[in-house]
This record gives sequence, structure tokens and C-alpha cells, in this order.
Amino acid sequence: MSVLVNKDSKIIVQGFTGSEGTFHAEQMIEYGTNVVGGVTPGKGGQSHLDRPVFNTVEQAVKKTGADTTIIFVPPAFAADAIMEAANAGIKVIITITEGIPVADMIKAADYIKDLDCRLVGPNCPGVITPGEAKVGIMPGFVFKSGKVGIVSKSGTLTYEAADQVVKQGLGITTAIGIGGDPIIGTTTKEAVELLINDPATEAVVMIGEIGGQLEAEAAQWYKESGSKKPVVGFIAGETAPAGRTMGHAGAIVGGSDDTAQAKKKILAECGIHVVNSPAEIGKKVAEVLG
Amino acid sequence: MNLHEYQGKEILNSFGVEIQRGIVAQTPAEAVEAAKKLTEETGTGWHVIKAQVHAGGRGKGGGVKLAKNLQEVEQIAGDIIGMNLITPQTSAEGKKVHQVLVTEDVYYPGDSEPEEYYMSVLLNRANGKNMIMYSTEGGMDIEKVAEDTPHLIFHEEIDPSLGLMGFQARKIAFNLGLSGKAFKEMTKFVSALYKAYTNSDSSLFEINPVLKTSDDKIIAVDAKVTLDDNALFRHKDYEAMRDIREENEAEVEAKAVGLNYVDLDGNVGCMVNGAGLAMATMDLIKQAGGEPANFLDVGGTADAERVEAAFNLILKDPNVKAILVNIFGGIVRCDRVAQGIVDAYKSIGTVRVPIIVRLQGTNADIAKKLIDDSGLDVHSVIEFQEAADKVQEVLS
Repeated sequence: MSVLVNKDSKIIVQGFTGSEGTFHAEQMIEYGTNVVGGVTPGKGGQSHLDRPVFNTVEQAVKKTGADTTIIFVPPAFAADAIMEAANAGIKVIITITEGIPVADMIKAADYIKDLDCRLVGPNCPGVITPGEAKVGIMPGFVFKSGKVGIVSKSGTLTYEAADQVVKQGLGITTAIGIGGDPIIGTTTKEAVELLINDPATEAVVMIGEIGGQLEAEAAQWYKESGSKKPVVGFIAGETAPAGRTMGHAGAIVGGSDDTAQAKKKILAECGIHVVNSPAEIGKKVAEVLG
Repeated sequence: MNLHEYQGKEILNSFGVEIQRGIVAQTPAEAVEAAKKLTEETGTGWHVIKAQVHAGGRGKGGGVKLAKNLQEVEQIAGDIIGMNLITPQTSAEGKKVHQVLVTEDVYYPGDSEPEEYYMSVLLNRANGKNMIMYSTEGGMDIEKVAEDTPHLIFHEEIDPSLGLMGFQARKIAFNLGLSGKAFKEMTKFVSALYKAYTNSDSSLFEINPVLKTSDDKIIAVDAKVTLDDNALFRHKDYEAMRDIREENEAEVEAKAVGLNYVDLDGNVGCMVNGAGLAMATMDLIKQAGGEPANFLDVGGTADAERVEAAFNLILKDPNVKAILVNIFGGIVRCDRVAQGIVDAYKSIGTVRVPIIVRLQGTNADIAKKLIDDSGLDVHSVIEFQEAADKVQEVLS
């Protein structure tokens, strides 16, 4: 079992023929991901990486039965691409694009909220279910199949956590990069909930950072759920100064409740195993799984 | 991107928001000319001279002063221009003032008492909607109002597809206790303000105070405007408003070469790929007994040129006692980054501090060998914890 993506997912790539789209689509196909085609407006009818190119997501869905998309469209057009995918009936919309204007995301998030779909990202590394599907830009070889789920706002920190987990002789069910923007589709809470409810996942690693309330919300949910599956938490940015954006647009301390210290405290109070050092994530997972 | 008060007011006014009028001046002589012109245009007798720097609390630091005649305008402008303004929001050294805004005096006597309010427009991250936050307690530190009298702060959420609705503007005006002409003026003010916020792609408007004048006009006396950097491509004219004198020199330089850098006060520099891992690395430095000297995300393409630029940036800081490089190679291969480090090191010549390089992921072993065989004074490690231990070792 896994969540969001698996070997049966039918995946299209929006921004398929661009340089980013091409490079990562190639990597995904090489990994064994079921990429059924792509979309680039104006290039419909062509073939790219031995897959059909469509002008619209609607056509792609009609012809290939696609249910999942990964978006590499440039920032100025990415919110529109998200809405197009949702409108065409795509169920899982994974958006890698970094730098989408906030105003555009407010509209896109509002448009898709009543449609039957789930947005992951934007500004995220994607989702991987090891051995089945890599729908993202992560290095596939780091992730081995196993029983630990990962939720993270950050790309390389996700790889770091996965690497540590694998080195403990464990593996990953699904790793979900939710993204570091102020407005994202799937929240920390929703991603944790998906993994806690996944029968194959026996423990969850939750990696957050300064800014916003997503981790606190996830921790509250976990506590109320009464779940016995252990969750290991790490919050990056203990040393970040207030009021400065640390790389990710959403990583900014705005008040006293979104610092790393405040978040760690809430996580611990909700029964999450908090590690202070980012070097101890893997060890802690092995410890809580006994 | 942050703007000066005068730039923020310009944007506000271009969308029909009434503002306290002013003219920016670089010298005391220009200030006097500006004051004369303002008196002609607005009939104001007195003037307020306001330091233009990217920091709040300017009044507390002596950066906002009332001038009752042209002589005082010249003298005050002379005092403020060139001063290092220290406010609760600046560093201890303060910020150098390059220009002042000469404004009309809007607190003139009249039929009613002037009243100050607080108003901001910002994103509510919890639900992905914009909101207008406002309070009857204007002209004060809003964090303090929130702490002491939270019931005096109101919020109005804006529907993303419908925008600000008429009843919401009225509700705001009523909650601020207004009636008659001032009430009408406030509803107009709020509508124009929200229009300005969305049309300019801003991520923060903070108007403190919004003033009801003694003749019941509603105007913005101050304006803190932050534009969404990601939307600047739609607003080429706003891009010209960037004042790099207000920004950290090293950060401006980093930006020019495509590095994401934040200058900090510590003694261990770091260079990392990815923002989350960069923050985690900073935390690890602290836990190892050091203090991070910077945040630096080299991004996805850590080639020799970028690595060299990053090294040079970090080495400019005399407080740096060691540098920790932490790269998790994914799509970027570690051996390429390692080659970049070796090349950069040789190109720089003498590096006066120990460098600890931790490369993990794709081709990490080859990368470690490459560095170990280079003969350079670079410590290479593979595990995160080893990196921390090494930092501790070189600091002691």
C-alpha cells in the first residue's frame, strides 16, 4: 500500500516539452513511473519521449485516462495549469513550480476547493512511492521501499530524512513533499492523516520549518486521532532570525507561535517524538519502531 | 520587496486612496523647496519631516519631526539626512538616512477631533484568503494592542472570487465608530485600499495611522508596503522602486549571482543546497557550539562558479571561523560539486579558515575521494553528525 501515487497511477506532465519537464519526465520514466503523456499548448499531436503530447489536459485525460499530473509550467502560467488540471478531472495535481505569485495561488486554491482533486505543492519536490512511482524531482535511488511515511516542506531535507531512515535498514511507503510556499494544496495535517490511515505505513516522519501553523495543526489532529502509530518530528529554523524569509517564501517567523521552538513544543505536547538535531531523524525512527 | 513610505503612498494614491501629501527630498535645500511647493498646493502651514528608511518605529528614533517654519524645515532635514537612525526595528548601528519625505500637516484643528486608526491588508495563511485587519487603536504598536486589548482588533476576510463586498466596507467603518461624512469617506478609503492591494500584487499593506481629520477626511498618514517578489514580472514600473541602499550589501551581491543568502551574526559560514536543509544545517552548527554566520542556498546547480561566488561571499565576513558545506546530491552529482569546491578553492588562493565538506547522495564516495586526494586543507565527511562533530572540533 501507499498513498497518492502508485504503479497504477496514470501520469501526465504539464510543461512536458520544456527543459525542466523534459529532464524530469525522462528521470521519472527511467525510474519506471507510468508516464502516459504530456501537455504543451500548441504542440498537440507531436510525440515527445515516446509519449503523446496534447494541447489541453482535457484531451490528455480523454485519450490516456490520466488521473495524475505533475506541473513544470513557468510561474506566470502555473496557477492556470493547476486550474486546468482540476477542471479536466485530474485527481492528484503535483506542482513543482517555484515562484508562483501569491494572488494567483489564492485564486487557484479557491477554484479547486470544491472539485474532486488533491493539490500537492506548489514549490515542492513531489511525491514518491519507492519501487512504484516517482512523481517529482527527487533522486529515486535514495528512497527504498518500506514502512515509514515522510511528510516534508523541504526537498533536500526530505532526501536527508529518507537516507537516514534507509540507513537504519528501514524503508519508505510514500514520501510527500508538500512545499514551502505560503499557500499550498495538501497541508501537513492532510499528508500526515493520509499516511496514518495507510495500513502499510507503521511510522511517520514529519519535517517542518518556521512560519505558519501547519505543523501545529497536524500535531493537534494526531493527538485527537488517538493513533498509536508513532510520529517523529523535526522543525528546521531554530536559528533563523524573525521577519526574514529563509529561502522558501513561506519560511518566515511572523510571531511568537511560528518559531521552531514554539512548534517543537506543541509537537511534543501532542505526543510526537521531536528530535532537536536533524542528524538524528533516522535513529529516532528506528528507536520508536523498536 | 519592501518600499519606502513615499513609494508606498504613490502606489496607494494611484488607485484612489487618499494620502497625506508629500514630496521627497535628498538635501535640506530640496526640503525647503518641497515645503514651499506643498504650502502652495495644500495650504499647509506646518510640515512634517520624515526619514525614509526601510524600518518601522521611525518616530521613536527621532526620524519624524514637526517643522513650524521653513527655517525649521531646513534645520530638521539637515539633522535627519545622513543620520544613522536607530529604531526598535533596526540593528544597534541603525540605518543611514539618504532622503526625507516633507509632508503636509494633517493634524490641523477643526470641527471635530482628529482620530487615528490602524489598518492592514495581508494574507491569512491559515485559509489562503486575504484579510483586512483594523483597529480603533491607531498610531500605536499593533503587537502591543494585540497583547493588551485583543478585543480592539477586528478582521474582515475577503472572498477570493468576489473581492471586498460593500457591506464589509460598511462594517469596518461602523466598527471604527464613524458616522456621517467620515463614515462615507472610510468606506471609500477601504474599497480603494483593497483595490490597490490586489492590483499592485502586494503581500502586505500596513497603514498606521489611518487618520480622520478634523474636517472628516480619511487619509493614509503612513504606508508600509511589501510587494510580492514573485509577481514583479507583472509590474516592471515597481521594480524600479527597489532601493538597494536599504538592503544588505552581501545579500544584494548574492542575489546578482543567483544565490539565496541571508547575512547573520555568527562565526560559522555555511553553504547548502535547498532551503530546508540550509536551515537544518544552521541549527546543527548551533548545536555543535557555533553560531551560523549566514543562510545560503546554492540551489540546484552547485557548479564551480556558484561555489566560488558563495565562498567569496562567506569569506568577506571577518567573523567567520569555519565554513561548513552541506550538499545532498540528487540530480546534482556530488563529484561535480566536489570538483567545483576544489576549483574554487584553488582559484581563491588562500582560504584562511578550515572548510568542512559534507557531500551525501549521488556519487558521494567519489566526491570524498576527490577532495581527500586534492591535497587541500578541506575536511570531508559523509554523515550529517560527522559534520557537526567536525565543526565542534575546529571551533575548539
